[in-house]
Amino acid sequence: MPGKARISAIKFGILSPEEIRKISVTTIISSDVYDVDGFPIDGGPMDRRLGAIEPREICPVCGNTRDSCPGHFGHIELARPVIHVSFAKHIHMYLKTTCRVCGRIKISEAERAKYLELLKRLDEQGLKYLKKRLHEYIRRRAAAATKCPHCGAKQYKIRLEKPHTFYEETEEGVRKINPIEVRRRLENIQQDDDIRLLGGDPNDARPEWMVLTVLPVPPRAVRPSILLETGIRSEDDLTHKLVDIIRTNNRLREHLETGAPNAIIEEEWDLLQYHVTTYFDNESPGIAVARHRSGKVLKGLAQRLKGKEGRFRGNLSGKRVDFSARTVISPDPNLSIDEVGVPVDVAKILTVPEKVTQWNIEEMRKLVINGPEKWPGANYVIRPDGRKINLKYVDRKALAETLAPGHIVERHLKDGDIVLFNRQPSLHRISIMAHVARVLPYKTFRLNLLVCPPYNADFDGDEMNLHVPQSEEARAEARLLLLVEKHILTPRYGAPIIGGLQDYISGAFLLTAKSTLLTRDDVIELLGVAGYGGEFPEPAILKPGPYWTGKQLVGLFLPEDFNFKKLAKIGGTPALRCIDEDCPHDSLVVVKKGVFLEGVLDKASIGAEQPESLLHWLVKEYGEDIARLFLDRVYRMFLRFAEKYGFTMGYTHLLVPRKAKERIREIIEEKKKEVYDLIEKYRRRELEPRPGRTLEETLEDEIINLLSKKLLDDVADVITPYFPMTNPVIIMARTGARGNPVNLTQMAALLGQQTIRGRRITRGYHKRTLPHFKQGDLGPEARGFISHGFVDGLNPIEVFFHAAAGREGLTDTAVRTSQSGYMQRRLINALQDLRVEYDGTVRLPTGEIVQFLYSEDGVDPMKSDHGESVKVKRVIERVIGWRL
Amino acid sequence: MPHKHVPKTFILEHELVPEHEVLSPEEAEEVLEKYNINRYQLPWITIDDPIVKLLKAKPGDIIRIRRRSPTAGEAIVYRVVIADTFQPKKGGGRREK
Repeated sequence: MPGKARISAIKFGILSPEEIRKISVTTIISSDVYDVDGFPIDGGPMDRRLGAIEPREICPVCGNTRDSCPGHFGHIELARPVIHVSFAKHIHMYLKTTCRVCGRIKISEAERAKYLELLKRLDEQGLKYLKKRLHEYIRRRAAAATKCPHCGAKQYKIRLEKPHTFYEETEEGVRKINPIEVRRRLENIQQDDDIRLLGGDPNDARPEWMVLTVLPVPPRAVRPSILLETGIRSEDDLTHKLVDIIRTNNRLREHLETGAPNAIIEEEWDLLQYHVTTYFDNESPGIAVARHRSGKVLKGLAQRLKGKEGRFRGNLSGKRVDFSARTVISPDPNLSIDEVGVPVDVAKILTVPEKVTQWNIEEMRKLVINGPEKWPGANYVIRPDGRKINLKYVDRKALAETLAPGHIVERHLKDGDIVLFNRQPSLHRISIMAHVARVLPYKTFRLNLLVCPPYNADFDGDEMNLHVPQSEEARAEARLLLLVEKHILTPRYGAPIIGGLQDYISGAFLLTAKSTLLTRDDVIELLGVAGYGGEFPEPAILKPGPYWTGKQLVGLFLPEDFNFKKLAKIGGTPALRCIDEDCPHDSLVVVKKGVFLEGVLDKASIGAEQPESLLHWLVKEYGEDIARLFLDRVYRMFLRFAEKYGFTMGYTHLLVPRKAKERIREIIEEKKKEVYDLIEKYRRRELEPRPGRTLEETLEDEIINLLSKKLLDDVADVITPYFPMTNPVIIMARTGARGNPVNLTQMAALLGQQTIRGRRITRGYHKRTLPHFKQGDLGPEARGFISHGFVDGLNPIEVFFHAAAGREGLTDTAVRTSQSGYMQRRLINALQDLRVEYDGTVRLPTGEIVQFLYSEDGVDPMKSDHGESVKVKRVIERVIGWRL
Repeated sequence: MPHKHVPKTFILEHELVPEHEVLSPEEAEEVLEKYNINRYQLPWITIDDPIVKLLKAKPGDIIRIRRRSPTAGEAIVYRVVIADTFQPKKGGGRREK
């Protein structure tokens, strides 16, 4: 690459005291920041020579203004050396592995030569991991020596007390090694090869540099002060800390010069060490955190970089962006699935840069005249010379006159603009999709309910983000790759993730049910909401009058050569299962040559995340455009029919006759009796313990088995006859719209045994759960058995047990989300750079192979038939219209 | 813990250990050619791996592994034997949440 330099390597080293002095423009000696007039003091932490940061200020060092002054370092000469916390571990390693007297590595000459040779060979061959291993080994060998092989001096164990105090365990007792002594020993490591053997770098990271004698003072721009409204200046945490360091340092120097008692010097020295440590890292273990006077924890240098809000994760990997909006979402089934409703207030702030051409100049003039307050208008005009004109403060009429091709108008967002829409957590790529904007009144973002599953959104207060792409490339990419209809199929397993939920499903069932007959008016209304433009269908029934079926209406929207046959969700109930087409339950969906012959539509055909459904084959075989139209039109018809039907559910739908109630009570009493018998048997010690369980555990197992599973099943058998397929609760449960048979039993009959971690509730008072029971009561009621359903209502004790068991689920979700979030983060960090190359291999950007064939079979799950590259059965079905 | 008298070669016959095979230099060259890579862009297998020891493979040798695959029936994978490996301390490095 001619004329271009490439970075081949980066090396980190440690600044030497000389280097620190060399890069410094001044020594900082004063702990006072400003003088009485509020100007920075020369030699203070805000010295002007550290760089210009005020507007129009000229830097005395480089002569630049704040825009071009890079900032300059100063330095503090420390009166006594201090340990740099971040290097404490390394210092400890050097102290352990070298002689306390002669400073040589504690390895014999012969061995040393051997390792050096080995190291050289590893280096030549570039075996960096083995080199690390060798360093590790040498360190262990050297640290183990109790006598120096060079000078024969006795060696002691050296202990690091976190974060920065070193002790030597001599015969006379434990002795503290102060930083001066530490530095002396590190300086004493004279042989460069000794340092190399230990994995150090004698040129760029000499061990003694890890003990500070000079402290660099960062430029002012690194720690700007902020002006509060009251006119009071508030300094950055780092400046505060620097002031502490300077003050302590000055006091220490004074004590040293006046020859103060040793104890006082030591105390001041420790304080200096503390301030320097917390300046670097205010979270070092084993040390009190430094605080503001207000009690707020100060931010050290390490805190600026570390963690989620740190420089790396907070500012470099993730940044805040312009041209974005966030507000509450609400549903609008009348929007297309690829649209998003944008409030006018938002549309007046988000802008799209549009180049003025001779073809759009009139329109642009209108926008400019409308200005920032009136939608559709514009907020800025950028002239060809690059000047940006704010339309809020100019004569817009005059400006509109001067508008010419080449100008750029930052116009308001309007209908048809492409935008990105996102809901956190962005766990997969369909958490961010492109929508077409529709500017609407009111203050919420509006979206079609069918796109809730990919975003995992609901409307209980969820907020979502919207971004406006600013370049032609970004818009093209959004339209071609990110548009909602390109993501009807999920890349997880190739089934549609977009699809009906809840009332869409009950509506579809009601519309396509055999018993539904529609009048001419009904048909007109339903086809009207679907935007049907074709020929009016012939009625299915002529006597006693012309009637149409729901299946007919849905069939109008199916492609002419579409074949489909599948058991409906309601066929999952054995009583309603259809084996073949000749069946009264209508639970086998059959579409032949685009004619909807029989069966009812429910979750299995039109639901979200249902593989091999009607919707799935429609998207796969006829493309996303057909599928989008189907989703937009037919699904709207389902909703309208649910409304026309007046689909609702209430208290009365859950009532069972007195006779059934009595039978339920009997069953409960029977089971309770069985439990009491068990307990009696247990008391008499006649109960046989199960293998591997104690007597108590056996009893508990038996009771839970009796009270939860068996009891609920028996009760369900009693009540099911009273809930026919016309009952809305049953419709919802059987079609998969909402709820399940267990919920029904819990509402109509009883909740049954409440459990925590799979056990009956036992915790609470001494030997009992609540004071309403006797101690040691093992009976059903005392341990969380609820014999009422929601229809009857629970008594207070039952409510308590229900709440206790309900709490478990809540805590579980809270724990799970945080754990899976962290796992997701690690996975994404590890896998984000992988890509599938044209030869089918999965590789890193550098060409290293991770998989020889993507997923070992080379199949893209999004384009597969639910994981299989080709589903032969479906191919046959398509061709002959029948499954073999 | 395997008993002392069980020969170490038993892992070669174990049903969970896929078939490993050291490639001849010609075959190795072919593989590198096929994927247009240099030897060390293949996935690595450490020389300390028990099966590598049993096969007496040298650093730089390429090993072909035939695995049973739930998606493709059989999958062929190549790995290059590496001496330069580092066992990090147990528990790994510092982990930040």
